[in-house]
Amino acid sequence: MLSLNRVSKVYKVGTFGGKDLVAVRDVSFDINEGEVVSLIGESGSGKTTVGKMVLKLIEITRGSIVLDGVDVAGVKGSAVKQYYRHVQGVFQDPFSSYNPIFKADRVFSLIRSEYFPEMPRTEWHDKVEAALRAVTLEPDQVLNKYPHQLSGGQLQRLLVARALLLELKILVADEIISMLDASTRIDVLNLLADLKSRGMGILFITHDLSLGNYISEKTVILRRGVVVEMGATEKVYGNPTHPYTRMLISSVPQLHKKWAQIESELAAPIAGRGGCLFHEAYPLAGRADTRTADEPTLAKIEDDHFVGCFELESEKASRVA
Amino acid sequence: MSLQVSDLKVYYRTLGGDVKALDGATFSIADGEIMGLAGESGCGKSTLGNSLIRLDGRMKYVGGSVTLDGAEMPIWDKTDMIPFRFREVSVVPQYAMSAMNPTRKIGLMISELVKSRGMAYSDIKVELERRIDIVGLQVDVLKRYPIELSGGMKQRMVMVISTLLNPSLLIADEITSALDVSTQRAVAETLVSFRDHGFVKSMMVITHDVSILYQIANSILIMYAGKLAEKAPTETIIGRPLHPYTQMLVGSLPEVGVRYADKKLSGIPGSPPSLLKPPMGCRFRARCPLAFAKCVEEPPFVEVEPDHSVACWKVAGPNA
Repeated sequence: MLSLNRVSKVYKVGTFGGKDLVAVRDVSFDINEGEVVSLIGESGSGKTTVGKMVLKLIEITRGSIVLDGVDVAGVKGSAVKQYYRHVQGVFQDPFSSYNPIFKADRVFSLIRSEYFPEMPRTEWHDKVEAALRAVTLEPDQVLNKYPHQLSGGQLQRLLVARALLLELKILVADEIISMLDASTRIDVLNLLADLKSRGMGILFITHDLSLGNYISEKTVILRRGVVVEMGATEKVYGNPTHPYTRMLISSVPQLHKKWAQIESELAAPIAGRGGCLFHEAYPLAGRADTRTADEPTLAKIEDDHFVGCFELESEKASRVA
Repeated sequence: MSLQVSDLKVYYRTLGGDVKALDGATFSIADGEIMGLAGESGCGKSTLGNSLIRLDGRMKYVGGSVTLDGAEMPIWDKTDMIPFRFREVSVVPQYAMSAMNPTRKIGLMISELVKSRGMAYSDIKVELERRIDIVGLQVDVLKRYPIELSGGMKQRMVMVISTLLNPSLLIADEITSALDVSTQRAVAETLVSFRDHGFVKSMMVITHDVSILYQIANSILIMYAGKLAEKAPTETIIGRPLHPYTQMLVGSLPEVGVRYADKKLSGIPGSPPSLLKPPMGCRFRARCPLAFAKCVEEPPFVEVEPDHSVACWKVAGPNA
């Protein structure tokens, strides 16, 4: 449904924009209907930049994002409004997503005035109630309240309900539960997973591997703007291949396994393979930073499991092109 | 026994009345013990940590006592606490990223700090450099400004500074929350190594992330709405918790290997009660699936087996 094809983002930095900072380089993946794709990376990996490009909040430098056959970069003028009918985002901090002067349900009336000005009042009311029920909120508990009267989990669910009022195809969820309490975050997470059954595609951006593992079908691991490993979630977690992925997984605090134990499990070298699996498959390919536009970025190691170049020490080179 | 807290009560003064953020805490931390303190936001865990260091203007000491290494700490008096702070009890604050003076080079800041405690920089310099090396930083960080360090480096530097005088108790308040997973692990393991090196005798690690505690803590204390809910060795809290709140909290944590498709986790319905007028009896009653008539009375925090204390009528039995 949504597909990213070698998407890159270059920021101009330094005096007079004399230097280029490559925030995202050649990222390609698809989101299909009813699929949760988790985009995992540490701070500065460019995961939010990818989300913002999907939401058309920033321009794409190279590559293309295609939604149902339409190039997103070419959507201009009044068509943008129609684009947002299908693609919406929810962000990290629920408290700053609302204007504290107005009641929280103003986010619904804004949708109505923009997209459904013709709809009769009662019909709109039913639509809002249905959306609230879908996110397991009681309408009379959350309507007519100011943002400070609601909890973070309620506010976050209101924003998801707001997105549901539209004919949503893609929801970009950028760290939406990292500010929530342990007891409520799992409810919001389950809610996202339930939305899959409505045929929605979800781009779940997070730094928390355990959350990504819990709900997503597909996992994309970003490191400094480059995809290092990608594929079906159970394959990426079950058989982590890239050294960076292995490092991440061994650093996640787990509940029933100590760090030392995970590390010793992952320390064993992958049987029969040594060196960079990407360059084993494409011996002539360049490094991430010197790659030309038609060179491959990922090598297939098994069905639905791809891995990028193992070269981890090209950090400086990949930052400043 | 390194730290002994008995029936400590600290309230927040507000226009609407007292917010009972910490309403009677009794527990102890042994020498060499790393105790984790976990709970939802607003359960009073930071209040407990802060009250052992410094009560700010809004906080009111109501009752209870704190004994550290046999000496009672006058936590209600800001000035009398000065000899204890930094020497006996020290803190790595929640926002360690911005805890250092941005206008001073780190070395100069430390020298001013130790001077204020009547020591010369030259006395501690060798030890300081040794510890900087232990946490994996270069000694030349002392000649740099805090802004030149990354978040994880600042975090580790603050940890070195806080423990410089070998305090008996270190309070680490949410120090891993703002860090990336790989840095998080390095910082958490540094905490453990500080204990192993004997820089601090015991530690209280405050966090909402129970899985971090599983990795580093010897025991875990769970708080709910200003009260202690359960304290036990780490393995017991994670493996066979007794308090319904602990059970639901541990059960709601997604971890690597648990998938939505295979095993749907569930959260805890409802939200914690207001601490302005907390409900009578067990404060978890409204959200508790096991609540029964007895729960309108307040459950005592009792030891049900060695080193395992719980505040719940279902566990303690109605005759307790």
